[in-house]
Amino acid sequence: MHNTSYHRASSVDDAAAMMAKAEDGKFVSGGQTLIPTMKQRLAAPSDLIDLRHIAAMKGISINGNQVTIGAATTHAEVASSKELRAICPGICNLAGHIGDPAVRHMGTIGGSIANNDPAADYPSAMMALNAQIMTNKRTIDTDDFFTGMFETALEDGEIITAVSFAAPAKSAYAKFPNPASRYAMAGVFVAKLKNGMARVGVTGAGASGVFRHEGMEKALTDNWSADAVANAKVDEGMMLSDIHGDSAYRANLVKVMAKRAVAAAG
Amino acid sequence: MGMEGIGARVLRKEDQRFITGKGRYTDDFKMAGMHYAAFVRSPHAHAKIKGIDKSAAEAMPGVVAVLDGKQLTGDGIGNLICGWMIHSKDGSPMNMGAWSAIATEKVRYVGDAAAVVIADSLANARSAAEAVAVDYEVLPHVVDAVSALKSGAPQLHPEAKNNMIYDWEIGEAAATDAALAKSAHVTEIEIYNNRLVPNPMEPRAALANYDVAEDHFTLYTTSQNPHVARLVLSAFYQVAPEHKLRVIAPDVGGGFGSKIYIYPEEIVCLWASKRTGVPVKWTADRTEAFLADAHGRDHVTKARIGFDKDHKITGFKVDTIANIGAYMSLFSSSVPTYLYATLLSGQYNIANIHCNVRTVYTNTAPVDAYRGAGRPEATFLVERIMETAARELGLDPAELRRKNFIRSFPHQTPVIMAYDAGDYDTTLDAALKAADYAGFSARRAEAEKRGKKRGIGLSCYIEACGIAPSAAVGSLGAGVGLWESAEVRVNPVGTIEILTGSHSHGQGHETTFAQLISDRFGLPTANVQIVHGDTDKVQFGMGTYGSRSGAVGMSAIVKALDKVEAKAKKIAAHLMEADEGDIVIENGEVKVAGTDKKLGWHEVCLAAYTGHNLPAGMEPGLKEGAFYDPTNFTFPAGAYVCEVEVDPETGVTQIVQFVAADDFGKIINPMIVEGQVHGGIAQGIGQALLEGAIYNADGQLITASFMDYTMPRADDLPSFKLSTHETLCPGNPLGIKGCGEAGAIGSPPALINAITDAIGNNNLTMPASPSRVWAAMKA
Amino acid sequence: MATVSMTVNGKKVTGDVEDRTLLVQFLREILNLTGTHVGCDTSQCGACVVHVDGKAVKSCTTLAVQASGSAVTTIEGLADGANLHPVQSAFREHHGLQCGFCTPGMIMTAVDMINRAKADGRKLDEGTIRAELEGNICRCTGYHNIVRAIESAAQAIA
Repeated sequence: MHNTSYHRASSVDDAAAMMAKAEDGKFVSGGQTLIPTMKQRLAAPSDLIDLRHIAAMKGISINGNQVTIGAATTHAEVASSKELRAICPGICNLAGHIGDPAVRHMGTIGGSIANNDPAADYPSAMMALNAQIMTNKRTIDTDDFFTGMFETALEDGEIITAVSFAAPAKSAYAKFPNPASRYAMAGVFVAKLKNGMARVGVTGAGASGVFRHEGMEKALTDNWSADAVANAKVDEGMMLSDIHGDSAYRANLVKVMAKRAVAAAG
Repeated sequence: MGMEGIGARVLRKEDQRFITGKGRYTDDFKMAGMHYAAFVRSPHAHAKIKGIDKSAAEAMPGVVAVLDGKQLTGDGIGNLICGWMIHSKDGSPMNMGAWSAIATEKVRYVGDAAAVVIADSLANARSAAEAVAVDYEVLPHVVDAVSALKSGAPQLHPEAKNNMIYDWEIGEAAATDAALAKSAHVTEIEIYNNRLVPNPMEPRAALANYDVAEDHFTLYTTSQNPHVARLVLSAFYQVAPEHKLRVIAPDVGGGFGSKIYIYPEEIVCLWASKRTGVPVKWTADRTEAFLADAHGRDHVTKARIGFDKDHKITGFKVDTIANIGAYMSLFSSSVPTYLYATLLSGQYNIANIHCNVRTVYTNTAPVDAYRGAGRPEATFLVERIMETAARELGLDPAELRRKNFIRSFPHQTPVIMAYDAGDYDTTLDAALKAADYAGFSARRAEAEKRGKKRGIGLSCYIEACGIAPSAAVGSLGAGVGLWESAEVRVNPVGTIEILTGSHSHGQGHETTFAQLISDRFGLPTANVQIVHGDTDKVQFGMGTYGSRSGAVGMSAIVKALDKVEAKAKKIAAHLMEADEGDIVIENGEVKVAGTDKKLGWHEVCLAAYTGHNLPAGMEPGLKEGAFYDPTNFTFPAGAYVCEVEVDPETGVTQIVQFVAADDFGKIINPMIVEGQVHGGIAQGIGQALLEGAIYNADGQLITASFMDYTMPRADDLPSFKLSTHETLCPGNPLGIKGCGEAGAIGSPPALINAITDAIGNNNLTMPASPSRVWAAMKA
Repeated sequence: MATVSMTVNGKKVTGDVEDRTLLVQFLREILNLTGTHVGCDTSQCGACVVHVDGKAVKSCTTLAVQASGSAVTTIEGLADGANLHPVQSAFREHHGLQCGFCTPGMIMTAVDMINRAKADGRKLDEGTIRAELEGNICRCTGYHNIVRAIESAAQAIA
């Protein structure tokens, strides 16, 4: 690892000010992706600004049907929230399958979303839940947020402070993990919103990162059933291909995971 | 035998330090003034080194030296050796290319060392290593063995024309061809035995120090055989004469073969310590381990087996191409020859066997012995072809095997081995019963209703352990003897130290070896200390690999104990004025049989050391040593049954049961033996289902971390059902056969036989990853 | 350079380290607590698991400065003097270790697993234990006896 300067922020403004002063700074939250990347010398930020101790960015609040999750909330906290599980079990199950228990103790929802790894789990849920990504500057619609592999709409120095979404009528996540890394090879989050619209977020499989599957959404809006997605078309040309599975296999997985997610959502 | 004697499930003495974090592994040691080595590794599969610009690196903070291969050879450090000479079938010796610990002219695989930086911290060493500018002229490369043999393939070493190291054969070609020609049925198969990375959880490490005042080196290293390391470092690499080099292999975190060899990094740390005047430590990170540890397997094989009208095997003809990587590692030449082809008779009576092996250089990491070493490759071939034949013949695979079992011992196979004892029916019966083989079709039907494809597969393996006798392996080309040594030191108070040349890196020797004392003298294992892994303490030893510590290492201890017991009895007889033949030692007491006369064990021991009252002419003291050279290989064998369910939608295989019935001969500690079988099966399942090292078209190892190389995890595996059957090995005093490798040898074919049974397609390459199984179902 | 202060195994410690120093390096190299191991570079093997403020964390994927102000427990601090923690005893009783290298991380993960299950009133069955061991790799035991050890310790602690 190249050397770096660590700064612990106590507030969002504090973090933004620290970043403004840094030459080539990076925000760190749980660090579960960033630190391995730095160890491999693939990232060498001059400064690390730690967001994990900002009280305002932590915790889950539920106001009627509206869920707000602070960006510095860990996967373990999301997975184990009984209140959240009661109204949106899909996101709790998703969080409970990110990494392993030790990773879930450190990793945060904000870090996962800001990094937008094409095999990360959370972006699929954000898309399916039609979440709003709240930053220290603005609120961004999820459909405008994820702009490509490891790319988001975040500007330099912009900090995700929370995500917010309306609890859906139904939701579930089905993940097919890469046998080695256990990241998603295909992860499908399905949500039936309270207005009856279905949304489907797919991670791990797409050649350009997380995406919504409109064919499945339409089919599920018309008929919320596993059979409805069984006949959906998944374009192999849009899929990743590597030693763990070619694009045909990934396209198949997307369909199978979608089916299983719908079945699990009930 | 007592509570802690032979056959007792004694809990491990060594565990106390491991469960409290007090184990001492190589990387845990520090020395005053210690510096760190970071290697500059080739990013190219094959390239000429045109020049190395060290100036930027040398100017970086903390750097004390940037060293290259020309400096290494200039200081007289010898090339790495291969310790087993194989001759081609035309009588010519193997064609071995030069391997310098740091490349001099060319790099030949991704990860080959081109230079090393010594600096005051690991971070500084790594930064400087990045700044070393090696001017490479990239050459064409080849990573698979079949392509390497083709005309026009890139050439690795001038010594090996067409990259061929040897073209070797065993058995009778003409007789086998004739037998196959007359067969009622011939089954053919083509197999790729996948390349594996051993991946013990402790990465390799070395800490070397040169003491200028004493002109003496000390090396802490992650070795399975510190004495062999010292011998090779001295005699061949000219690092230092043996008496000026102490090698310590402290707690070692797993080996599985990969820590047998003396690697470039240890040599470089020793050499660099003398050159720079500072202690030098190197610890591999995991990716370095992937790139630079010896890999295992990587065979391509075509085979034909013939059956007569009664389904008896007539002949077995095998053609194998073995990928040995870019250099010949220490025992690499023996793995695809004497450790492989000599086991091709399996558990079966086969009159005619012929095997041809071409071993080939490629631009990949060196390949050497990994758990099982040659025997997994043989077993996979034999047991896949037997299963395939049974399917073609429409026979129950168990019955076809049974029809061909060897039942009379000793049995001479056509491929050197003389099996001394075995009972293959009993282990097969036990495995089938434990697996409820008879009830399988009902379980398959039930799974079908749940939308799952269920399959069952068998494997009846044999292996050869204990590797020896020395004279026999010497005649086959081995550069060393394969005996073992032991010394039993009885202290004046009656406690005992056993010094052994075996090395424990997970096998539990500190417990099992102590049980021999308990068994013999009735002393608690707490009164016994096992000393190993330090060339200053133990005189010599061959180390631990090839499931040899029980059959060979413990036999040496038994021989030394025989001498101790004899002397103790002489002393006791003298003290109690009894006949030596009437003395018995049990429960820590030395008694005169049939009388109430007795002495405490400690009293006899003290008498040996006071020397006040010893038989006339007897030397004081109670310490004996022994060297044991086996009379034959040992032949563990058994039967494995694997049952799987495949998810037709995703290709995911779930192992629903795994049964092992093994015959290891005498078992000293069943708990430890079961642990060995569990671990072996897990590695075998890993090979069959999960693991595979892949070099891409650019010659890059694309499975160079746990992100891409699938290590078996807890949720990939079931709990295992084990049983053992004991036919004693007649070749050693305890009747031990060995248990360390069986699981890794026997399990891969059982699993692949089960999956191919489930999906109805026999064409499936390891590892049977979900995507491959899914594709095979669609094919 | 940064000054880090934390409580390790009940003792207050302070050290000046480069900001890039990993928690595992701080433990092993500064505090000489070499029971915590490094087996990979990609956060998968779990040989480095320690507890930070009572939760299992991979110390190879955490900077020492991130843990400043926290209470850290390593394998060396798990036993109560000569009295082993029930998970430590269970690993020995059930032969849940061979070479011992992954063992400290395995034990720390198992303690965390059992603590969480107990807090939630969940029973740890074999499937759950195997799933929860996703972040810990053992090359020796095939996990069979590790699972037995955790099952037994979970019962003893419940």
